[in-house]
Amino acid sequence: MLDDFVPGCQRPPMTAQKAPAIEAPVAEKAPVSSRGLPSATAPEAIATTRCPHVGEPAPQFTASAYLGGKFVEASLSEYMGKWVLLCFYPGDFTFV
Amino acid sequence: MGVEVLSVSVDSVFAHKMWDDHELSKMVTAGAIPYAMLSDQDGRIGRMYGVFDERSGTNARGRFIIDPDGTIQAIEVLTPAVGRNIHETIRQIRAFQKVREAGGAQVMPAGWKPGKTTLTPGPELVGNVWRVWKVSEAFED
Repeated sequence: MLDDFVPGCQRPPMTAQKAPAIEAPVAEKAPVSSRGLPSATAPEAIATTRCPHVGEPAPQFTASAYLGGKFVEASLSEYMGKWVLLCFYPGDFTFV
Repeated sequence: MGVEVLSVSVDSVFAHKMWDDHELSKMVTAGAIPYAMLSDQDGRIGRMYGVFDERSGTNARGRFIIDPDGTIQAIEVLTPAVGRNIHETIRQIRAFQKVREAGGAQVMPAGWKPGKTTLTPGPELVGNVWRVWKVSEAFED
C-alpha cells in the first residue's frame, strides 16, 4: 500500500472495499506520470461524474459541517441571495 | 465583498475540528476558520459537482463561484498538488459582482480589476474595442 503513495497531497488510492476481500479485484493504481502529476483519466474512471456547467443552477446539497466550534447542518439553499464561494479540496491536513 | 465561503472535503466533521484546532487556527488571523467546513464522506457532493475522484476517494480542488440566484458563474478545478490563487478568485468575484450591479449593461475585459476600464456592449462598440481598451490593460496589475 505504501508503495502506491505518491508524495504530494494525494492520499493512497482506496483499495477495493467490497467483501469478500479474497474475490475482490485489486484496485487499479491511479495512473501517475513520472513527474508526479496525475495522468489522463482512464475512460472507465470518469463514468460516474458529470460536471455542472457555468450558467446552470448550482446542485443543491445538505451536509454536516463544522462551524465556529459547533457541529451543524449546512445547506446551499440557506445561502440563496448571497454570493457563495464553494471550495472542494482533497483532505484535511493535506499540504497545499 | 459579501461572499460566503463553504469548504468541502471527504473528512468527518471531527477531523475538520482537529485540523482547525491544531493547524489552521495557527495560520489564520481570525484565530479559527470562520466558514462552514462541510463533510462529504461518501463523495455525494463532489460527484454532483464533477470533482470527486473515484480512484482516490477524494475531491479535487474544485472552486465554484455561485451568484445570489444560485447560478454557477465560474468553475476552476485543479489536481491536488497545486494550490489556488486567491487573488484571482477575488478578482473574478468582483468582476461578476460588477456585471450584476450593472444589470449586464457592462462587461469586464481581460484582466479587469476595480478601477480599470469596463466595456458597454452595443452597436457602436463593434469593431471599436481598440479605441476604448488597450491590450496592455490585460497585463497590468
